[in-house]
Amino acid sequence: MTSNTNINISSTGNAASDLSDLKLNIVLAGVGGQGTLVAGKLLGTVALKLGLDVKVSEVHGMSQRGGSVITYVRIGSKVFSPIIEKGTADFCLAFEELEALRWSGLLKTGGTMIINSQKIRPLPVLMGKAEYPQNIKSALETAAPPSTRIVEINALATALDAGSSRAVNMVMLGALSYFTEVSIDLWEEAVMEVFEKKAKLIPLNLQAFHFGRDLMR
Amino acid sequence: MKEILLGNEAVARGAFEAGVKVVSSYPGTPSTEITESIAQYERIYCEWATNEKVAAEVAVGASIRGARAMTCMKHVGLNVAADPFFTSSYVGVNGGLVFVAADDPGMHSSQNEQDSRNYARAAKVPMIEPSDSQECKDFLKTAYEISEKYDTPVVLRLHTRVSHSRSVVELGEPRDIVLRPYVKDIDKYVMMPGMAVKRHVIVENRMVRLAEDSSRNPDTIGLHSIKMASDKLGIITAGAAFQYVSEALPDASVLKLGMIWPLPVSLIRDFASRVDRLVIIEELDPFLETEIRAAGIACEGKALFTLQGEYSAQMIRAKLSDIPNPLSAIPQDNLPVSPGRPPVLCSGCPHKGLFLALSRLRVQVAGDIGCYTLGALPPTSAMDACVCMGASIGMAHGFDKATDGQDSLRTVAVIGDSTFLHSGITNVINAVYNQSNITILILDNSITGMTGHQQNPSTGLDIRLRAAPAINLEALVLSLGVSSVQAVDPVDTHLCQQVIKEELLKKGVSVIIARRPCALIPSGKGKKEDRTVVNKDNCKACGLCYKMMCPALTEGPDMKPIIDREACNSCGLCRNLCRYGALTKGGRKE
Repeated sequence: MTSNTNINISSTGNAASDLSDLKLNIVLAGVGGQGTLVAGKLLGTVALKLGLDVKVSEVHGMSQRGGSVITYVRIGSKVFSPIIEKGTADFCLAFEELEALRWSGLLKTGGTMIINSQKIRPLPVLMGKAEYPQNIKSALETAAPPSTRIVEINALATALDAGSSRAVNMVMLGALSYFTEVSIDLWEEAVMEVFEKKAKLIPLNLQAFHFGRDLMR
Repeated sequence: MKEILLGNEAVARGAFEAGVKVVSSYPGTPSTEITESIAQYERIYCEWATNEKVAAEVAVGASIRGARAMTCMKHVGLNVAADPFFTSSYVGVNGGLVFVAADDPGMHSSQNEQDSRNYARAAKVPMIEPSDSQECKDFLKTAYEISEKYDTPVVLRLHTRVSHSRSVVELGEPRDIVLRPYVKDIDKYVMMPGMAVKRHVIVENRMVRLAEDSSRNPDTIGLHSIKMASDKLGIITAGAAFQYVSEALPDASVLKLGMIWPLPVSLIRDFASRVDRLVIIEELDPFLETEIRAAGIACEGKALFTLQGEYSAQMIRAKLSDIPNPLSAIPQDNLPVSPGRPPVLCSGCPHKGLFLALSRLRVQVAGDIGCYTLGALPPTSAMDACVCMGASIGMAHGFDKATDGQDSLRTVAVIGDSTFLHSGITNVINAVYNQSNITILILDNSITGMTGHQQNPSTGLDIRLRAAPAINLEALVLSLGVSSVQAVDPVDTHLCQQVIKEELLKKGVSVIIARRPCALIPSGKGKKEDRTVVNKDNCKACGLCYKMMCPALTEGPDMKPIIDREACNSCGLCRNLCRYGALTKGGRKE
């Protein structure tokens, strides 16, 4: 169903016979305040528009205060558990380097990890009680089998180019979109729907989404 | 029409479709978004109550008067509401009445891992447990039918993975809001011993009838579903655990319970007789297992699975399936160690300055529930105890009395504005009445912060952000008889230290109000032109500014600080700390 490069969900995907056993697991790992919740909501909207079942599991409360935050998105013909198990993620979108390292065990063989090169130093590092690991991307590449793809982008710089540091989530989704066959129109509709109540933010977020997608070309 | 809704949003939608008229709640993770979402349905009256007990009493009153009513809380909130909850079981309802209690297995944001199902058994109230957003909506509607048909409050039990997971929901048509006629009936609504004795008989009969009807009508009253597959292994489960079971054991026979109290014992007995091995899969307490065993049905449960935390498909597969669990693509053994990332007081949180003052004074701190509980962790480590909502003041009084007044010279209670109004006030009265000498710090950030910014009686706005009377905290505590009240700006660490020292020495109960809005709400956002810049010429690289652990301020290669301008909220805490004028406002140049 899934190959290294592309995921066969298309906007006309309903008709495809192989959708019946489709399971797509996407992990969004980041730091509280980076917009992973909105990104998860947007992926849920995309799945709904494709006529697929979907579960998005979020963590609220304590974890939002700058803690490590993980959102699971599971898409398929029928989804039961809202949680993604170790070794089963098709995609891992790491909004921060250290979080890429922390959640790397979730990735499956043949999966794709997109890392935002941004570094947010956690408290133990700020206090000098721990070191922020160096060369995370190459450590992951060394450990990963060849079929597993690891891409690093500077989503923060790209988001700032689009107009706001808060659009990192849209840059990450834009990058993800490159690996799917979901039509651009459908992605754009989903962005507009998610920001329906904050309409003036739509152009900026669409811009960030496209910038993110362009990074993958 | 289909929508993708959070479990909590689906509960709100269910209330709208069921014709609920009154909703009163106190925020608490993971239940908060239910009542927040209710606010979008204009025809429903909704409010943030001062605490869960008050909220439950409002809902009980609305129900007696004939309206469908709901009150939502987290698991520990049900402890606060337990008094009205237990007796509302005897009173029954007029308009349907639902208590929503959201448990937090794994304690993502809670102080304990209690299992609310025990309350249903103890209070003799039916409890219903959904496993996804669609069921959140549908089961709530059935809960109102059951409530009115059987004259009983009903509990909808949620937990984090149901409350905070989004899934697809087919929307239905809303029922009209109808007020049932109210007739004065003291035998039913006034619980004095003479009346309650009779009501208790009715309650016991009701629960027997519900158990029988739940077995007899598994799809409708019971909300149960049965999948018969393998006769080797049968699973009884409910809620989120059902999803993990479906994932891990596709070939097992499964009895999924909807109404989990009272139990459909004959249905369970029948299911058990059709499988060779019966396993109960439930997070937290062996609630179903104990009852099923007590009915003389052989089963396994907690001998295989833990009492703690959340379950997963992996955990179930490891115990009951031949299929191996998947392996990570990236072996974790040789990777660098990931330092932890605990939650911290936000960048720009003004109340960090106050915790820095407490840390420097090395006082004993009786803490409370909210963002500021994070003050217990490094770098401030300024907290000795934290138990439940409102407890800080009582605990400080306890320190004082345990030491014949000695500890009041070095003990403070720390409590937020919302928590103080929730259950701190009665503690102040107690301390004043019993002649305590404690010092109470009210951290007023003008919002209920940790749960995601809800209004409260001190903020001047209601749940729909319309103007509301604002409680004046100074006037309130003075009227309670405290001997001294002062307000300080928590960003000014030096002043905080001085004022705390002063008040600790005073006789009687002192209150210090540390007032500055949360950095994440509009009134607390700093001006861009006030963001801190580093004047490297003045900097002596003394390192003092690093001590407050602001995520926006890090140490550069020359030991001098670097400010992340995106993260800086202009709070000025670092500027106040610097003795050399190396940290200043950025001015308008950027």
